[in-house]
Amino acid sequence: MTDLQPLLEKFGLTQSEFRDNRRVVVAAGQVFALLETLKNSHGFNMLIDITCVDYLEYEGATDRFGVVYCLLNMTTGERLIVKTFVNDPAPSLPTVTTLWMGADWMEREVYDMFGITFTGHHDLRRILMPDEFTAFPLRKDYPIKGRGERHNFPVITRSES
Amino acid sequence: MPPDAPDQEYLWTLNFGPQHPATHTTLRLVLTLDGERVVNSIPHIGYLHSGFEKLAEHLDFNQYVTIVDRMNYLSPLANEVGWHHAVEKLLDIELTPRCKYLRTILAELMRLHDHLLNCGTSALDLGAFTAFLYFFEQRELIYDIVEYASGQRYHSSYTRVGGVMFDVNNDWVNKVRSFTKQFRKTHDEVHRLLTRNRIFIDRTKGIGVLSKEQAINLSVTGPIARASGVVRDLRKDEPYLAYKDFDFKVICSQGGDCYARYLVRMQEMIESVQIIEQAIENIPAGPVNVDVGSHVVLPAKPAVYRSIEGLIQHFEVNMPNRGYEVPHEELYAATESPNGELGYYIVGQDSTRAYRARTRPPSFIHFAVFSHIIKGHMLSDVVAVLGSLNIIAAELDR
Repeated sequence: MTDLQPLLEKFGLTQSEFRDNRRVVVAAGQVFALLETLKNSHGFNMLIDITCVDYLEYEGATDRFGVVYCLLNMTTGERLIVKTFVNDPAPSLPTVTTLWMGADWMEREVYDMFGITFTGHHDLRRILMPDEFTAFPLRKDYPIKGRGERHNFPVITRSES
Repeated sequence: MPPDAPDQEYLWTLNFGPQHPATHTTLRLVLTLDGERVVNSIPHIGYLHSGFEKLAEHLDFNQYVTIVDRMNYLSPLANEVGWHHAVEKLLDIELTPRCKYLRTILAELMRLHDHLLNCGTSALDLGAFTAFLYFFEQRELIYDIVEYASGQRYHSSYTRVGGVMFDVNNDWVNKVRSFTKQFRKTHDEVHRLLTRNRIFIDRTKGIGVLSKEQAINLSVTGPIARASGVVRDLRKDEPYLAYKDFDFKVICSQGGDCYARYLVRMQEMIESVQIIEQAIENIPAGPVNVDVGSHVVLPAKPAVYRSIEGLIQHFEVNMPNRGYEVPHEELYAATESPNGELGYYIVGQDSTRAYRARTRPPSFIHFAVFSHIIKGHMLSDVVAVLGSLNIIAAELDR
């Protein structure tokens, strides 16, 4: 197991363990530096997933968005979950596509679903929703049935086409 | 080309649209071509986006399994096994040995299911119709096995928190045995049709090469990564269910091209049959669901109708203000689905509905690899590469 003690002190992390997941929480300003250290010095060479959780309705939450990076060390098989929190308005984080190319689409999806911008991303546009979509669907204040976007799709009639 | 023409005027754009028989499912590629060579490709996805992750916040753990079924629809039970693996890890439930073996057998049958379709359709896209039909006949037999166990051929929604929907009997065991007895012959026939076939090799060898470093950097897992030399299989590295008890090999290759991926999948099918054969002879007896005292499983119907304890236990699980305790915590848990590492990041709240259930979709992550590996290949290679990447739109878009 990687000894996280020096990192805990250097980046001011809080660490916890649940079942067999090891998690660390880092401030948004330090997340890129931490991920870079983890990749280059501690061998976490595979990024498994980037995801986000909207804590708007979560009991005991202090910040709104939690962005989660799941990392894997291919040689030792060790996993680590790095979590950081961002808030409204204009939640934003630096991109990690320079570290792992796989982060490209994962960050686009987090942007599409939650509205978190990743500064430095080469092509941050919507990936799953149509490009003209205005809201961020996976946020808790967006209703499950939508806001009537389905009724407003542009329809081309036979005479127009 | 005239010497004073602007630099890239000779490039033309082709839309490999969402409706195309060779894209398998609804995905769109905008290819920039130089004659017939691909210079650039921009994938556009989202045609099948159905808000599965939003639905997770409104459905019970046992209800969401119906949605999870419909993600990687080539291997539905593998998704269910993965989902309930994550949920049971969150709830800290230890399954009964019988349940572990059953889920292992079904997960391996689903691995066969997925690989049979993938090898069959990628051969079909290259023109080999016979292989496709032979493999689909084998899939029909697996459908029969799943139908016998759960009542549904396809999206069976068979697993539940703490166990499975129904137990299986000896007839089912015999069905699985007769399937495994005849599988190798068909596999061998298709192997003889394709593996040393000059046309097949010409169309897949050296096409869509993914190097090992690229695979790790692009977060690729599963058969595609193993075909590029990344030796990682969650069944061996982080054993779950009953995989510790079985003897099987992790199939890898160093080629990294479409042919290597085809070979890895073909050999993985044989390893899966080996696991099933070992498992089916050794299914432990005993209950298939965890004890009803844990308040996660429904008691057997005869007990519900004939005893007061059974009735109370039934309502303890089902009534809205009762049920089981879900920790106020988050968890990531993954299984080795046929397509790669299928992980779920579940955030629990004090309710039987997840607060957030993120699916880490292997197809989504693998499709991002496409534009990196197609550069410089011809238009007809697009079809070969797409087939070998095993992109399933429902998992891609969710």
